[in-house]
Amino acid sequence: MKRSAVVTREIDPAALLAEVRSPEHGAISSFIGTVRELNDGRRVSAIEYSAYAAMAELELERILDEAEQRFDVHSLIVEHRTGRLELGDVSVALVVAHEHRAPALDCTRFVIEEIKKRVPIWKMEHYEDGTREWVDPTRAAETSRA
Amino acid sequence: MSTVTVQLFASYAELLGASTIELSLAPNSTVNDLLSRIRLLPGASMLPAAPRIAVNRSFASADQRIQPNDEIALIPPVAGG
Repeated sequence: MKRSAVVTREIDPAALLAEVRSPEHGAISSFIGTVRELNDGRRVSAIEYSAYAAMAELELERILDEAEQRFDVHSLIVEHRTGRLELGDVSVALVVAHEHRAPALDCTRFVIEEIKKRVPIWKMEHYEDGTREWVDPTRAAETSRA
Repeated sequence: MSTVTVQLFASYAELLGASTIELSLAPNSTVNDLLSRIRLLPGASMLPAAPRIAVNRSFASADQRIQPNDEIALIPPVAGG
């Protein structure tokens, strides 16, 4: 079970966990990204995600292929949502199952970090004061992000 | 000369005021040549020094040659997750 998708519907992390759960695995690791109310000191009201969908889906596939090789993990699913998301909504969910916890945890970290570097998805933050801005991680001074 | 279509997204689409642009390129042009052409467009002065370009849905190097039917996109700093 290895699949990835860019979706416009709500993401259901529990359904993804159920999909990879199996008696052959002793560990399931997950990462779930959600819309945060505060960014760089500004109060966020919503985030609009957009994508170059055709390439984003390919790039997600390539990342999962690399992860499979690197961590010998064969059971992994990632979904990234686009469109307008409200506070607390799930923007990305990733589940990784393996016999043991270490490869599952390492693989989870690898996949989410690669997504943040290479998948052509963008976010426009809308703020409570009515302004909006494209998020540019190459410009932001922040060192830790969700 | 051949005409190529370049897809623009997010902040770059706003900077250049379009979601696609068409450019004429000399044969054997590279990604770098394409970037030089894009820099002449109104709004392009705000682009970073080396914006990423995708050719046929993969990130391309500056010296990659562009073929007439390639799918080309200018990729703003990504912010998924």
